Amino acid sequence: MIRRLLPLFAFAALAVLLFAGVRMNSGRDNSAIPSPLLGKPTPAFSLPVLGDPARRIGNADLLGRPYLLNVWGSWCPTCRYEHPHITELARSGKVRVLGYNYKDTPEDAQAWLTQFGNPYELIVADEDGRAALDWGIYGAPESFLVDARGIVRWKLVGAIDETVVREQIEPLLAELDAAP
Amino acid sequence: MRRALLAALLSVFAAFAAAQVLEFRDPAEEARFRALAAELRCVMCQNQSLADSNAPIAHDLRLEVLRLMRDGKSDAQIKQYLVARYTDFVLYRPQVTPMTWLLWFGPALGILIGAGVIVGIVRRKARQAPAAPPPTDSQEW
Repeated sequence: MIRRLLPLFAFAALAVLLFAGVRMNSGRDNSAIPSPLLGKPTPAFSLPVLGDPARRIGNADLLGRPYLLNVWGSWCPTCRYEHPHITELARSGKVRVLGYNYKDTPEDAQAWLTQFGNPYELIVADEDGRAALDWGIYGAPESFLVDARGIVRWKLVGAIDETVVREQIEPLLAELDAAP
Repeated sequence: MRRALLAALLSVFAAFAAAQVLEFRDPAEEARFRALAAELRCVMCQNQSLADSNAPIAHDLRLEVLRLMRDGKSDAQIKQYLVARYTDFVLYRPQVTPMTWLLWFGPALGILIGAGVIVGIVRRKARQAPAAPPPTDSQEW
């Protein structure tokens, strides 16, 4: 009797396994590539400041305090959705918010900032997207949280909103404060 | 709303149109590039290879691959360069590491286990064969 039911048990076990797999992955964005930079220093870069191309910013200029680097472009619709949340985060003073203008023209970028407001302490411009490859950037919006020593602590592919700030960014900042 | 939608669509088409054609120095370079790009996965639209994708990032990465080729980098070095930035995701043929052992050797392991089970059953049946005819219980079909 038990022997005849064996295939049924095997099938049930397989079904449970597949169901668990589906459940564990539902609601997760499996297309987001995790950053290989986590726990490592930011890649070496030197990029002009948007609106002041003569001034260039590199890794060393950003050390000392944690910062959130937000990748955006005027061509990116999700960045518009994200913009009020970035503004809110910058205004709260929890962390410095820097902009990374990705594959954009200075004119379009400035027009976008004039229209929606500029929440960024500083914006570096990567017009051809060459430096973005070193960061592992492949779209916008993306955001990196970098600690005071220039180590990448967190990366998000997609938009930051209140939930992300509350559940991911704030705990990490608290952690950074506790162990600078 | 409709104008915004139209503008969004147009910007998408503009991005596609902007994907320029690469200039190759000779057919050998082109062949090597095509072979390499076919093995690399586009990071944006992950079911396409770097060679097939029209995403702007795929174009940037194609340019970068070509640049690295002209710098004299080997295929393995170019792959390593991309893996360092975009993880193993970019490889259609994953590297053999402890993480991917199950992926690489799992099917062979499955066949071995299956063969073991079959051998076990056949041997037991062979031992039982001279016994009495099977009970009616197993003859319902």
